[in-house]
Amino acid sequence: MNTANPYGSTPTHHMLSVLVQNKPGVLARVASLFARRGYNIFSLAVAPTDDPEFSRISIVVDVESAPLEQIVKQLFKLIEVVRISELDPRRSVERELMVATVRVTPEQRGQVVELANIFEGKILSVGQDAIILSMDGSPEKLDDFSDLLRQYGIIESQRTGRVALPKLDRAAKN
Amino acid sequence: MTSKDHMRGHQAGETITGAQALIRALEMENVDVMFGLPGGCILPAYDPLIESPIRHILVRHEQGAGHMAEGYAHVTGRPGVAMVTSGPAATNMVTPLCDAYMDSIPMVAITGQVGTSAIGTDAFQECDTVGITRSITKHNDLVMSADDLPLAIRQAFHIATTGRPGPTLVDIPKDVLTNSMKWHWPTDDEVADSLPGYKPVSKGHPRMIKEAAQLILKAQQPILYVGGGVLKARAASALRELAELTGIPVVTTLMARGAFPDDHPLCLGMPGMHGTAAAVTAMQKSDLLIALGSRFDDRVTGRVNSFAPHAKIIHVDIDPAEQGKVRKPDVPIVGDCRLVIEEMIKAINDLLAEQKQVDITPWRSRVSGWQEQFPLTYEPSEEGGVLKPQYCLEQLRDAAPEGTILVSGVGQHQMWSSQYWKFNEPYTWVNSGGLGTMGFSVPAAIGAKVGRPDKTVWAVDGDGCFQMTAQELVTASLERIPVKIAILNNSYLGMVRQWQEMFYEERYSEVYLSQDTPNYVKWAEAMGCVGIRVDDQSEVASAIDKANSINDRPVVVDFRVDAGEKVFPMVAAGQSNDDLMLHPSQNSRREFLR
Repeated sequence: MNTANPYGSTPTHHMLSVLVQNKPGVLARVASLFARRGYNIFSLAVAPTDDPEFSRISIVVDVESAPLEQIVKQLFKLIEVVRISELDPRRSVERELMVATVRVTPEQRGQVVELANIFEGKILSVGQDAIILSMDGSPEKLDDFSDLLRQYGIIESQRTGRVALPKLDRAAKN
Repeated sequence: MTSKDHMRGHQAGETITGAQALIRALEMENVDVMFGLPGGCILPAYDPLIESPIRHILVRHEQGAGHMAEGYAHVTGRPGVAMVTSGPAATNMVTPLCDAYMDSIPMVAITGQVGTSAIGTDAFQECDTVGITRSITKHNDLVMSADDLPLAIRQAFHIATTGRPGPTLVDIPKDVLTNSMKWHWPTDDEVADSLPGYKPVSKGHPRMIKEAAQLILKAQQPILYVGGGVLKARAASALRELAELTGIPVVTTLMARGAFPDDHPLCLGMPGMHGTAAAVTAMQKSDLLIALGSRFDDRVTGRVNSFAPHAKIIHVDIDPAEQGKVRKPDVPIVGDCRLVIEEMIKAINDLLAEQKQVDITPWRSRVSGWQEQFPLTYEPSEEGGVLKPQYCLEQLRDAAPEGTILVSGVGQHQMWSSQYWKFNEPYTWVNSGGLGTMGFSVPAAIGAKVGRPDKTVWAVDGDGCFQMTAQELVTASLERIPVKIAILNNSYLGMVRQWQEMFYEERYSEVYLSQDTPNYVKWAEAMGCVGIRVDDQSEVASAIDKANSINDRPVVVDFRVDAGEKVFPMVAAGQSNDDLMLHPSQNSRREFLR
């Protein structure tokens, strides 16, 4: 993972949206299946859907496309997995949230706030020599934002992993 | 379901304990026998068992309970049930669960667990059973309320026996067993609604089946590559019809022995690492492999990239994940083997109304040439010479009553059993194929005999295997389960010895056991069995006759066999099936394999 842009989309990254029964141990089942079969989870986001009986797990996997089919089939064998869709980045909307603590001198603070405004980020906390920012958006936009913040010095940052849904059909029905 | 519930005098809404509900649920699932061993956390469940019509077989080690449940399931097609306590009992169940998972055996394991309030505290005999068994069960469940027990049991049986069968586990905390609940037996709809993500496919896609039929009629060198899925789907007679309709030769994998009769002219026997030369070579030269419930296991394919290089693949399997896992099929068909084969026969008959099948007689005669040139063979012992294991198997086979069930452990004796026995009926062969579990045969044979008390059950075991689980013969003696065990005692971990001889320059490392210690006859007698020792070829037939005549207790026959005997043919691990090693006496004819 020593690439310049560790969060960017590469051809071996695939986004799976997995609808599961909201039961104890389901995430462990999914995670242990990935470990057992030698697949790599790149990022993971889990939360209940609006129907509390179900949760949606958004997984970015790091594979060539051939084993992806195996991953999907193996995942689907888990009894509590109800539906799996692979989301094509061109035909889906992806969002991710990042919070970052950035080192700033009082003189630099204005520049960073301006940067946050340009990127529609938010200031969550301001200290003597640091500032905490949040930003949500497409993973690529987050990459750009953190690249620009890096010159000031990112003390720590946390990203949520992607969540995504398929884009809506623009064509009129019937 | 309610009516059956009613017939048994159960009242919906009746207040009973979780333990009573568990036993009642097992009765509702038509469990007639279970294998187990009680202990702390599962104790409450053993109390209502006293009044239950379910027969419980008390094992000497929990692993034995698991393998017995597997043996029972193998021969009956019904789920085997094992019940044990928490902690070490549950971990002793890990090997059988993994074995059943690899070989798709329907089995339900019930484990006790510490009380709900003690979970996570490292309580006495607590372990994370559900976590430990997650990757070796088709599904497992920790039941946190007595009210949930009936549904959990119904789900466990439903999941174990439908789709691709497999083991399930229900982990039950002690207080869930002692708490009271209001009895309710879930309906089919309630079970289906509780499993929204579980919808196994059974019918194959008609277009794919038609495509397969077309390929079959056009193939010049087709082979039916039959796996355990055919037995699971109860598809043996449909398979026979398909083979006879098309005249296509059949190979039956280790898990499918008996799915097609060995004495049928189209049967080539077992393929793979120790398969017959005809089966291995026919697959290599084939232009169409019709894989039915088989999974392209590495023991069958050898080096995958040189396996059947010219063959198109039709792959029928109920598990979509098997398709393309190892080899990409040209025609994938997801479905139950029996239903798909039946539809395939119809599709072929429809096509045959308009077109003819390609003449495959040249292929058939080439294949039978390989069969004639390369039969299974071994060098017989001279008079007074050391006993040959293959000879013992031939004698056992020839003296076996009709329909005898053969069970084996894992190693050389397993391969010789598969090679030298004649399996002419389905469900007469029980072995550990995928996991390769040494020690499988004694308990599995006991389970098989419990499932089919009308049949003779012989276990062929190695001396290494026997020492792993022999104590279950105590169970067999006391429960009056008259199994027969033939130990091919070569004083070695024979298959390991074979590899060290062939691939490690005869540097034998930690493979010698001892032919005399333990004294198998005394050990057998100590366990309540009849013990017979056979040193010489001249004693073999009478020993087998004696064993076959004993039906009131288990028999152990200690055959003292040649330690130097190796299993042939053989494809070395990781090598191409083209590089099959023949029995040395056949090497001069090697060119005929072209």
